[in-house]
Amino acid sequence: MSAKRPVMWRGTVFHVFVLVVLAAYLFPFYWMVLSSLKTQVQNVAFPPLFIFAPTLENYRSVFVNNPFFLYLWNSLVIGFGSTLLGLLLGLPAAYGIARYRRQKVALAFLIARIAPGISYLVPWFIVFSKFDLVGSYTALILSHLTVGLPLIVWIMIGFFEDVPSEMEDAAHIDGASQFDIFLKVALPMVMPGVLTAAILSFIQSWNTFMYSVVLANADTRTLPVAVFGFMSYGGFDWGSITAAATVITLPVMVLTLFIQRHIVGGLSMGSVKG
Amino acid sequence: MQRAMRTLHACSVESSNEHGRMIGAARSNRRPLSFWRRHPGLPFVAPTGVVLMVMLLFPLGYTLYLSLMEWFAAGPPPHFVGFENYAALLGDERFLNAVVRTLIFTAIAVVVEVALGIALALLFERRFVGRGVARTLFLLPMVATPVAIALVWMLMFDPATGVLNYLLTLVGLPPSLWVNDPWLAIPSLALVDIWQWTPLVMLIVLGGLTALPNEPFEAALIDGASRWQVFRYLTLPLLRPYIAVAALFRSIDALKTFDPIFVITRGGPGFASETLNLYIYNMAFEYLHFGSSSAMLVVFFGIVLGFSVLLIGVRRRASA
Repeated sequence: MSAKRPVMWRGTVFHVFVLVVLAAYLFPFYWMVLSSLKTQVQNVAFPPLFIFAPTLENYRSVFVNNPFFLYLWNSLVIGFGSTLLGLLLGLPAAYGIARYRRQKVALAFLIARIAPGISYLVPWFIVFSKFDLVGSYTALILSHLTVGLPLIVWIMIGFFEDVPSEMEDAAHIDGASQFDIFLKVALPMVMPGVLTAAILSFIQSWNTFMYSVVLANADTRTLPVAVFGFMSYGGFDWGSITAAATVITLPVMVLTLFIQRHIVGGLSMGSVKG
Repeated sequence: MQRAMRTLHACSVESSNEHGRMIGAARSNRRPLSFWRRHPGLPFVAPTGVVLMVMLLFPLGYTLYLSLMEWFAAGPPPHFVGFENYAALLGDERFLNAVVRTLIFTAIAVVVEVALGIALALLFERRFVGRGVARTLFLLPMVATPVAIALVWMLMFDPATGVLNYLLTLVGLPPSLWVNDPWLAIPSLALVDIWQWTPLVMLIVLGGLTALPNEPFEAALIDGASRWQVFRYLTLPLLRPYIAVAALFRSIDALKTFDPIFVITRGGPGFASETLNLYIYNMAFEYLHFGSSSAMLVVFFGIVLGFSVLLIGVRRRASA
């Protein structure tokens, strides 16, 4: 377009500007990792230290002074459990909605997406208490399922809609049942979508805090609840808190790299947060 | 998210459902019409439908029922009180303040996110070295565990030793109390939300920008329109549906924000940052008043639903 100013100069200013915006944006992550490498004395120093002798002591302390592996295990069990259950239920549902245009089911998901999470939590808590399930994996997996399932269904509807119906019609003429067609024709074609949906569902379960803080007990505590608990005892040990925060955040970031193209659609439609 | 809109349209028209039934009937013309044939796809949807009912729709109904009961968990068993819980809310100053705070928080967060998101989208529309990497990095705040991120912001907000105050003094500004100042608590928490969710607006708008037709812009260029004119009278109106969708989803989620507020201030100092979500949480799980907390939940749900309907209406007009 119009090149009234020298292109090189404009390009340089533009790039510097982008870098500044990006640096400001990533600063909290930088500060999280930096603080996790500081001692408590260094963490409360003012002015804040940018250059210091880093220590890994905080990471050791997180794993040694806390049953952190238990929390990690809990997060994994609940994340995988809710995601697998979500796929088992959500894949056929998404197929059904895509093929037969069952809009009412889709609308139910939309309402589920809009309703505040806490409006489920109060009744769940009452019902789970009656069945003595508060603190159980069952309660946690079921509650996290409501986060992952809508997300899986919404993402997969799009993928199933892209499967050409000619292929299915051909299989139908050959005498395959509708379920066979789903399992053997449609499903293999949407495998990339399944992976995306599964990863997103797992991330959302991993990040879920409100359901877990109410429904978990000391043995089933997930990572976000555990790191939140770090605040209450022994004051604010910022080194350990930020080290734990780094450990929790890292897997999510790595997983994100695999599915970046679908994050926007997934986050705006699927997640039931707060 | 476009699909969400389509669903709403389709459900109001109901025609597509008939279409689906016809396909199902045509496919099964060899056999008599059984129940399953008349409801094609139902076996696929049914298990999820049951889970939806048990885990999501039943709780909503149960909440509605509980909102008509007086039930303090440590007191006598629940008994019916009609609309007393709702009437009590009207005189509950803490509740009314929480509603106002929730709306202020949402307004600040969404307005800034939309403005910044559009600006960033225009920035990212241009090609530059490392654009792909930069775009990926912008995704990170959205997917990072909210509790972990909230703790980091809490550390940065610290009035005595926090890095934010250090940065303020570095550029010659007075230090701030951030979340510890009753007046600044809500805007400071909105800042965390803005940091976390502006990229979502940016990416939705960016998607819109790449989908815009070329012709109007070429015509404007030929007519000698200035950059500002092109943006104000061409880009912005064409982007309106995308901006509306982004604002819709951000509003719904901002109203429901829980994790950062719960972690950073727990509603404090005093009640200065106690939003509706926080107050309901306290009422239910700290004070164990299930009846009145359910009444608040119904109102809360109503507010969120009202916002959604309002914004969908705006979007419909924008795209019409």
